[in-house]
Amino acid sequence: MSFLKVQDIHHTYFTKDTATTALSDISLTVEEGEFVSFLGPSGCGKTTLLSIIASLIKPTEGTVLLENKPVSTSQNEIGYMLQQDYLFPWKTIEENILLGLKLSKQLNDQTKNYALTLLNQMGLNDDVKKQLPKQLSGGMRQRVALVRTLATEPKLLMLDEPFSALDYQTKLKLEDLVSNTLDEFGKTAILVTHDIGEAIAMSDRVFLLSPRPGRIHKTFEMPTELRGSSPFAARNHEAYPSIFQTIWKELESLEQG
Amino acid sequence: MNKDNNHVELLHNQYIKSLKLENRWVRFYQAIIFLVFFSGWELLSKKQWIDPLIFSSPSKITTLLINKIQDGTLITHIGVTLTETILGFILGTLLGTILAAILWWSPFLSKILDPYLVILNAMPKVALGPVLIVALSPGYPSIIAMGAIISIIITTIVVYTAFKEVDPNYLKVLQTFGATKFQCFKEAILPACFPTIISTLKVNVGLSWVGVIVGEFLVSSKGLGYMIIYGFQVFNFTLVFLSLFVIAIFATIMYQLVELLEKKLIKE
Ligand SMILES: Nc1ncnc2c1ncn2[C@@H]1O[C@H](COP(=O)(O)OP(=O)(O)O)[C@@H](O)[C@H]1O
Ligand SMILES: [Mg+2]
Repeated sequence: MSFLKVQDIHHTYFTKDTATTALSDISLTVEEGEFVSFLGPSGCGKTTLLSIIASLIKPTEGTVLLENKPVSTSQNEIGYMLQQDYLFPWKTIEENILLGLKLSKQLNDQTKNYALTLLNQMGLNDDVKKQLPKQLSGGMRQRVALVRTLATEPKLLMLDEPFSALDYQTKLKLEDLVSNTLDEFGKTAILVTHDIGEAIAMSDRVFLLSPRPGRIHKTFEMPTELRGSSPFAARNHEAYPSIFQTIWKELESLEQG
Repeated sequence: MNKDNNHVELLHNQYIKSLKLENRWVRFYQAIIFLVFFSGWELLSKKQWIDPLIFSSPSKITTLLINKIQDGTLITHIGVTLTETILGFILGTLLGTILAAILWWSPFLSKILDPYLVILNAMPKVALGPVLIVALSPGYPSIIAMGAIISIIITTIVVYTAFKEVDPNYLKVLQTFGATKFQCFKEAILPACFPTIISTLKVNVGLSWVGVIVGEFLVSSKGLGYMIIYGFQVFNFTLVFLSLFVIAIFATIMYQLVELLEKKLIKE
């Protein structure tokens, strides 16, 4: 039985004068502990798909099952990280990372300590606890956002282009950090990205989506030697260029078709 | 290097000096306007070039001020009006914000109420004065209601607009944690709109003064508005001008205090 099962998802957005079909005929499964990516051009429905899996949007058709049950946000089953950190500017770093625990009434000494340990693991020392988000750099803020997401110990982690607003160097470092952290906790994760390299370096499997309406165009299994290594090492691995080329060509053909 | 530094410092000092100089001239001209206005007024009135019965004079107003302070009546009137105004604008801001929250809570209700809000906003609220006085009986309640009602609708509209403009991604973050609608409001919507609410406070101070003074005109028993109406009825325009000055001074002080509060709260 699959950990996550997405079945026959169709989704259409209705507005007064348009009906945009964002997703059509999406079916896929993800195993526990697996890291998969949705790769595709902007506007092909990646965010919509994540929101549906997270049960933030109800799809026009289809079902999503996590461990054979519908997803429930109130049980902290999922963690969702957005493109920007969306830390609450009026809350201190500590208040921000404890937010999920507070909302689900799970805040106690033990969970609080866990969150603060995570913060340290992300390379942020205790001094930042009392600071406000605006006092931190973009990379630090995104790390805090990751701690906030992980603090509730979600079963499934969703990352919606979490590194795209960062500079290249910070992005590479964070890729490694996120990858290591997830490996360590054996977390299942879905990454959305439009960066081919990032998808290859981080995932076990890449779903290539085609636009208008979004469909799964092709699925790529990453070679085992890339899966085992950290994203940074994977980018430098000899198997990397050829798979990059393959996916690149597919993307090109999508744009022409 | 060192020489350069000295040079920069010298230039900076010169710049500061020029700023100070300019500031001094500004103050000087402000003082001139003040002096010319009041001594001119006094002179025109003494020479009977303007009717002293209508335009009074600074010296008469000052004498009356001292009298009224000594017999304690002025303080009573000021106290009454200040209390009404403060309660009026706090109530107006509070009720306006609560109404905005209700509209945010129910988009359906907000669609229904939309045209009524537009009409109520366009209507001059002081015109409701007589109705309020009859409904709430003449006295504090009806005057405070005047001070509040004048700012409620505009507060509702401004704050509701701010509520709607909060970045929906903040709500998305909260929803992924399973937040309820109330939690979304408390954790994201309200704090994000705090600066807007504070700035309506500033506008509402001014509005509430209008509401309260008109209310006192109508009820005519106590307060600075009453002093104006009374002075008008017995043709004592010195009293009218005295009330005007006191109002000007206290309205300014109140506005500055709210501005100070705004700076303090928003910095944090
Ligand atoms: N709330 C919405 N209302 C109407 N159309 C939407 C809405 N959100 C997204 N869309 C449309 O759905 C399509 C997919 O959007 P999205 O899932 O954000 O794509 P991606 O994340 O891949 O860039 C786009 O054409 C977009 O215009
Ligand atoms: Mg997107």
